[in-house]
Amino acid sequence: MSDTAPELLRNWVSRQASAEAGDWFEKQCDKLQSDFDQKSFDIAFGLVPRKLGKEDLALSAEDLAAADAARPGWNPGQWSLDVAARVCFLVTLSKELSKPFAERFKSLHRTADLGELLALFSGLPLYAAPESLVLLAADGLRTNIKAEFEAVAHRNPFPAEQFDQNPWNNMVLKALFVGVLLEPIQGLDERANPELARILRDYAHERWAADRLVSPELWRCIGPFAQDEDLADFQRVIEHGHATEKKAVALALTTAPESAGKADLCARLSEYNAAISDGTLTWRAIADEMFDNALAITRKLNFEVEMKR
Amino acid sequence: MMFIDSHAHMLSRTTDDYEAMAAAGVVAVIEPAFWLGQPRTHVASYSDYLSSIVGFERFRAGQFGIRHYCTIGLNSKEANNEELAEAVMEILPRFALKEGVVAIGEIGYDDQTELEDKYFRLQIDLAMELDLPVMIHTPHRDKKRGTSRSMDVCEEHGIDPSKVIVDHNNEETVRECLDRGYWAGFSIYPSTKMGTERMVDILQQYGPERIIVDSACDWGISEPLAVAKTAKLAAQKGVDQEAIRLVCYQNALDAYGQSGQMKEEDWLNPPAIDQRTVYEGNSILRGQREPLVETPKSRRTMDDLIIE
Repeated sequence: MSDTAPELLRNWVSRQASAEAGDWFEKQCDKLQSDFDQKSFDIAFGLVPRKLGKEDLALSAEDLAAADAARPGWNPGQWSLDVAARVCFLVTLSKELSKPFAERFKSLHRTADLGELLALFSGLPLYAAPESLVLLAADGLRTNIKAEFEAVAHRNPFPAEQFDQNPWNNMVLKALFVGVLLEPIQGLDERANPELARILRDYAHERWAADRLVSPELWRCIGPFAQDEDLADFQRVIEHGHATEKKAVALALTTAPESAGKADLCARLSEYNAAISDGTLTWRAIADEMFDNALAITRKLNFEVEMKR
Repeated sequence: MMFIDSHAHMLSRTTDDYEAMAAAGVVAVIEPAFWLGQPRTHVASYSDYLSSIVGFERFRAGQFGIRHYCTIGLNSKEANNEELAEAVMEILPRFALKEGVVAIGEIGYDDQTELEDKYFRLQIDLAMELDLPVMIHTPHRDKKRGTSRSMDVCEEHGIDPSKVIVDHNNEETVRECLDRGYWAGFSIYPSTKMGTERMVDILQQYGPERIIVDSACDWGISEPLAVAKTAKLAAQKGVDQEAIRLVCYQNALDAYGQSGQMKEEDWLNPPAIDQRTVYEGNSILRGQREPLVETPKSRRTMDDLIIE
């Protein structure tokens, strides 16, 4: 990994912090680099939100491009100031070789509060010896705290690069299960596999048997392997699903192996062809629609409650 | 009206309680580290407990639109297990500066043994070193003497009484506690501590200054709506609204806010990162707030047989 990542973080945090807080932060960075000791690290790591606050990290398009250039796939676009500062410290720590970083990570994780958890996992793409952190990252996905799960799964190149098929598939399934979006997961199409498609097919059938909805994003991972049974599922969505689900199936079909059944279904969804070819109907657009739908449902519920009062 | 329950062991409570508290107007709770009923025999289980109250429980409360804070400490009962106590004292500094830790507590006396005294004093020193308030648990037995003694020890160590909340007061202890300049907490806890009617009488006698009403709800028969119920009864009995606001909300905020870790903005206008992560009880999506105002119906009835 390029050394520019910690430099970028340091620069972003310092320029956004107040003069006094920025001064404190710079001093800690220097100290950790030149004269590392665990106790100073623990204190600095803990004090971050008290000193710097928790505003969103203010990054320009150029900053995000610099991040991606320094470390391909690194996307700090939704980080907060405290996360950025802590990751900066952690990257320094990961280069301190007197003790394996995985051990230090485990120890910090054991007593971490929520903000610290987010930092530990958000920094995964930047630490030295990433292969030693695979089990710890997978452990982060066992959480019921959505934000912690998302710190590993979302806008993070680590899972696609480091996870074997089994943890990868578990991550995608659990994301659906706990209502976390798939779209911000990096490498979703590259890491698609027939076993995951089967798991998600079974999951969809289980949901339908219980009369529950299935996330429209699920079809994305089934598309490339869509066989007869999947085409029957697609047909069910076309006949009974809502608009967002149909659009998702239209997108999933673009990656499906050619067959007569596929051609038949595509013909029934031809109204979306233009939007797919001009790039307005994408998985990102599906995710945005899911968000709007959820907001509309909340508003409708609120309206009904108001009416009852 | 907004309420703060400044003493609530939420780890022992159900989601129904969180829903009911939110519906009754509770916007924030403080979870003091305490005894779990079953004694801990390993420091690791104590450490995981402290992690729970700075971690998962904070998240769980947020799902119901309630902000969760905690206090960190070695309780008086377990202070009597010296081997455990020594090990817990070693890990406390690591937890005391976590986000949302508003005091060292609840600490003090149970049987008033030498070991209890030793660790009470060490933790007052820790609070002074870290500039944190102290939450004192006053003993159930030999209460009056134990309460006076707790304050004597605080003064001996030189901590400012305005940074100390003496909890579980009653009619016999309140006068001295207020006269010596401490915050006086009252736990509205059925049968053993304070009741709502007695509480209202105390408010009418002493006024609202430095008095804090809490529930101390835990794994025993207790009442998570105690603060809201006290407020309602007080209003019915003619206590003025401002006095009720002080004892059921503002005083707790002023006392524990001295930690710098608890601000009204936390629930009125939380940072975007918190809205995305730990405070989603109001159906907050990607930082946009769209509070769901629907009042949950109680599930504690056998009439509604449909579970979806």
